[in-house]
Amino acid sequence: MEYFIQQLINGVTLGSIYGLIAIGYTMVYGIIGMINFAHGDVFMIGAFISLIMFLVLGLIGITWIPFAILLVLIVTMILTSVYGWTVERLAYRPLRKSFRLAPLISAIGMSIFLQNYVQLLQGARVKPIQPIVEGGITLIQSDTFVVTISYLQIIIVLATFLLMSIFAYIISSTSLGRSQRACEQDQLMASLLGINVDRTISLTFVMGAALAAVASVLFVLYYGVIDFYIGFHAGIKAFTAAVLGGIGSLPGAMLGGLLIGLIETFWSAYFSIEYKDVAAFSILVLVLIFRPTGLLGKPEIEKV
Amino acid sequence: MSNMPNPPATMLSISGVHTYYGNIEALKGIDVEVNHGEIVTLIGANGAGKTTLLMTVCGTPQAARGHITFEGKDITRMPTHEIVTKGIAQSPEGRRIFPGMTVFENIQMGAMSCDPEYFDQDYARVTELFPILKERQNQRAGTLSGGEQQMLAIGRAMMSRPRLLLLDEPSLGLAPLIVKQIFEVIAEINQTDHVTVMLVEQNAYHALKLAHRGYVLVNGKIAMSGPGNELLERPEIRAAYLEGGR
Repeated sequence: MEYFIQQLINGVTLGSIYGLIAIGYTMVYGIIGMINFAHGDVFMIGAFISLIMFLVLGLIGITWIPFAILLVLIVTMILTSVYGWTVERLAYRPLRKSFRLAPLISAIGMSIFLQNYVQLLQGARVKPIQPIVEGGITLIQSDTFVVTISYLQIIIVLATFLLMSIFAYIISSTSLGRSQRACEQDQLMASLLGINVDRTISLTFVMGAALAAVASVLFVLYYGVIDFYIGFHAGIKAFTAAVLGGIGSLPGAMLGGLLIGLIETFWSAYFSIEYKDVAAFSILVLVLIFRPTGLLGKPEIEKV
Repeated sequence: MSNMPNPPATMLSISGVHTYYGNIEALKGIDVEVNHGEIVTLIGANGAGKTTLLMTVCGTPQAARGHITFEGKDITRMPTHEIVTKGIAQSPEGRRIFPGMTVFENIQMGAMSCDPEYFDQDYARVTELFPILKERQNQRAGTLSGGEQQMLAIGRAMMSRPRLLLLDEPSLGLAPLIVKQIFEVIAEINQTDHVTVMLVEQNAYHALKLAHRGYVLVNGKIAMSGPGNELLERPEIRAAYLEGGR
């Protein structure tokens, strides 16, 4: 039982990170119907920016941890958003009126480009960083097993929850969110109402990249090791999470992220760690067979 | 909803406009003028180019040749989202309400391009014109009936405080009683709110009765124009569009 609870805590932490990345996939898919395959690599860029920032702050002597983390978060969000915006501007917007597969191919190209760009600039070796947030709380102590939740895990889950609430609010109740949903449903009509569709799409990429940036800071803090290839792996998991939850649905992306995190963790804990990806993808296949729109995706039925 | 009419000054002037869809020339040199305070109707058969003309005014697609000026400003090459902030609103073909949003959110979308300080006042006016929208305000717009969707589309367009309202077939697929109600509201918007109206219709009888002037569009060209009641009397119009008239 104690073991189970510990795995639950680990799974929720991992799932939070996947969920934050998954939102970027789902928002972009919702608004332009395209899978942004470079999103995972934007996350990887964020991880490098935050690692460099942590080292720089260490060098100039800013060592009060909460302040350092906040500073890194803000800078990483801004710089990563610039990358997200640029990727859309350079690789997708010129292809907006082209055939459907064109931006998809462009996205894969962008993904390869970003990986090689970081590999060239930063080298191919893994970059470690020493643990920044240490310690935790012991929840249950039995003779055989100790259940702990680290401060970092608490930070990750709280940060995710907070950001999700902010984003849910933006999408449901602000004029930016309404514009995004309008563009999702009918871009031509949105422009007839005076909405700058290109700008709304850009902002969607910026928001997705900002969330990926937060995920990347949390990732760096949690794992402490990154390389130029982490974006591919995290990206494909988060994409799976978005599809599992129902692509285009924000709560779906979060739920999918949590589920993928939990499945992976429990599978590794009780069966074999080598096959954790197989387990995650098998669940995806099963869900898609019985619910092709994903868990929270809405079927497209409208009265016209 | 504010400007006083200033007839007969020209509000919208379309001159020599050609519009293409790929290689197909949908509009072949159109000249249309709409004066302040008027209701002008465009009638014509399916595929004559009526909808294309309204969409060209809004810059989607843009005219390949010719000029469109609105209140003296050339808007031919302006992007769509800027044209509509100049005081033009459209209730397009097929209504194009946002089905996944509530009625109220659709109304809010209509007010996107203007100062939020007018919102309450404009919303009160729109729900006065269409009381059903108030009743249904928290319902998803996709669940409305056809007539209610049309009212929402017009109400949404009115929320941007247009001086020129473009209406594309507001009577399409609606019961005669609802059509009558919608046409009454169009007259009301024109007279009380001083909004100039450009109306595209297949229902030529209703449209010409309502309009001050009309244009008949045939295969992308203007075939005839004149005051509404005069066009109604023309035998060729009666034969082509009012067959078996009502």
